[in-house]
Amino acid sequence: MVKTPGQGGLPPVNGGAPGFGRIRLRRRAKNVGGVALSLVLTLLGLLLVTFIIGRVMPIDPVLKVVGERATQAQYDAAYQAMGLDKPLWQQFLRYMAEVLRGDFGRSISTGHPVIDDLKRVFPATFELAALGTLIGVFVGVPLGVIAAARRGGWIDQIARVVALVGYSMPIFWLGLMGLLLFYGILGWVGGPGRQGIIYDGMVPTVTGMILIDSLLASDWGAFRDAFSHIILPASLLGYFSLAYISRMTRSFMLEQLSAEYVTTARVKGLSERRVIWGHAFRNILVPLITVIALSFGGLLEGSVLTEIVFSWPGIGQYITKALLAGDMNAVLGGTVLVGTCFVLLNLISDILYRVLDPRAK
Amino acid sequence: MTELTTRAWLLSDAPQTRRQAKLGALYQGWLTFRANKLAMFGLVILILLVLMAIFAPWLSPQSPFAQNLADRLKPPSAAHWLGTDALGRDILSRLIHGSRITLFIVGTVALIAPVIGLFIGTVAGFAGGWVDQVLMRITDIFLAFPKLILALAFVAALGPGIGNAVLALAITSWPPYARLARAETLTIRHADYIAAARLQGAGPLRLLIGHVWPLCISSLIVRVALDMAGIILSAAGLGFLGLGAQPPMPEWGAMISDGRTYILDFWWVAAVPGMAIFIVSLAFNLLGDGLRDVLDPKGAKE
Repeated sequence: MVKTPGQGGLPPVNGGAPGFGRIRLRRRAKNVGGVALSLVLTLLGLLLVTFIIGRVMPIDPVLKVVGERATQAQYDAAYQAMGLDKPLWQQFLRYMAEVLRGDFGRSISTGHPVIDDLKRVFPATFELAALGTLIGVFVGVPLGVIAAARRGGWIDQIARVVALVGYSMPIFWLGLMGLLLFYGILGWVGGPGRQGIIYDGMVPTVTGMILIDSLLASDWGAFRDAFSHIILPASLLGYFSLAYISRMTRSFMLEQLSAEYVTTARVKGLSERRVIWGHAFRNILVPLITVIALSFGGLLEGSVLTEIVFSWPGIGQYITKALLAGDMNAVLGGTVLVGTCFVLLNLISDILYRVLDPRAK
Repeated sequence: MTELTTRAWLLSDAPQTRRQAKLGALYQGWLTFRANKLAMFGLVILILLVLMAIFAPWLSPQSPFAQNLADRLKPPSAAHWLGTDALGRDILSRLIHGSRITLFIVGTVALIAPVIGLFIGTVAGFAGGWVDQVLMRITDIFLAFPKLILALAFVAALGPGIGNAVLALAITSWPPYARLARAETLTIRHADYIAAARLQGAGPLRLLIGHVWPLCISSLIVRVALDMAGIILSAAGLGFLGLGAQPPMPEWGAMISDGRTYILDFWWVAAVPGMAIFIVSLAFNLLGDGLRDVLDPKGAKE
């Protein structure tokens, strides 16, 4: 079985990017049918929980639709039209059918259907979290491997401190301090937001990810501008991701390096480099993929606080704004979307694990 | 008894009584813990934090709520060691009083969540069959949720406030404890001493409370100690978003949010409370690592 990350090693990750340390779906399901069933049940549970949350909301959803000055007759009509007079289980079925059709209702604060809003804001978060994960992988994996290979050496010590600080730092505070230093004092990066004002709306939207869109349009000025805006928040997320990835890589590697085949390889006279990268590292690739997938999910979530700090128009900012406005449709729509991403990431890492690891068959 | 003989008594190879054995084991644990300098450092910081919270009214130079608009946004000085915020309130005083809120949130969540988890996990592991299936499926669903987003949604439904923030954090953080407790239960469920107690006529409830729970506690404590920092950071995150403690409460996360607007010109308003959060959660992480070395030697050193 694959090692479940976060059960040993360092503590689970903090409020900034919570949930790295947990594995969400047990790999208990033995076959594809089991995986599918578990997926459906989990998604169903997700909908049930959001449905219940929507029910306990103290705000009257009917009043939000008809307004404060509606007559009793108008109120009753809307009440029935929304199906609130039906038994709860029928309401739940109706909610489920709506969500499956991609209908999350209309957002009260933006006036658009929630699904359209989500389509607009999700690419911004995805771009940020993807770049953060890339940074986390490209720094964290080598750091973890070297820390394991030179156990107790100075790189190991540094990696330890980096991880400890990452686990203890409030991400939104680090973001503010980063803005102060790199934007306010040094002026190295662009300020809050995704783009400078001059480039706003200049790049035609294809994927919704500005870095890619500006490349597609061959607009180098816009690309550099977008890059200067994304690099700071992405590096911050990357830092939290690398704290986790490097710890996990280190403990996976230590386990491999104490295995007998490594001793054999050394006895055969292979160079240390071949032993580490060619033999031991190849064997941790599969569990590492699970870790990276989890870390990506954690960043999707951790971006909520980061987006607020950097005024990043992504899903985190969308949910938070809706929340403060009492806009429940938008909150629940966003929650379902992020939750579904989590479940799918788990599924993908599960499938990759099965495909790549011959022992799993 | 003199110092030396107490020590000898505690470390005795052949304890005469149960109490001596228990105290001896505790003392052994303390010796291991004391050898870990970083963990001791964490412990000292947390003791200072608790003292600060207890003696807050006497320690703080001013009231945490006293506004003085003439003195707003003043940098750190002799009068205000850590400066003042946008309403001219003394940041040091607010910081000191804020430690009470932080300890309250962490303490309550760290009490509620493991108890829920312990109950669900041990019942599932002990009962087995469909009870186990249903409970673990529910746990899986909660684990599948992004924690912070779920907490946000709960607070949205219940309304912002410190009590609801605690509740939301507790609701989202019990599942790992349930898993842990279930795993522990499964390993001891068929142990001989359980069978012996059963033969003596102990009912399931008695077995659970008297014989299963005590064995799950030490691994749960380790896990809680390691999770404390995460709880602090989540709570501060909720406060930062304006969903935790409401103004004018001097909650550290909310204080950072207050300083956000002035970050480029008056950095200390946001910098100081953030530093406090960092130090406290670092202390919890160090303490947790140390406790793990003592209570769970298997999982300790990689």
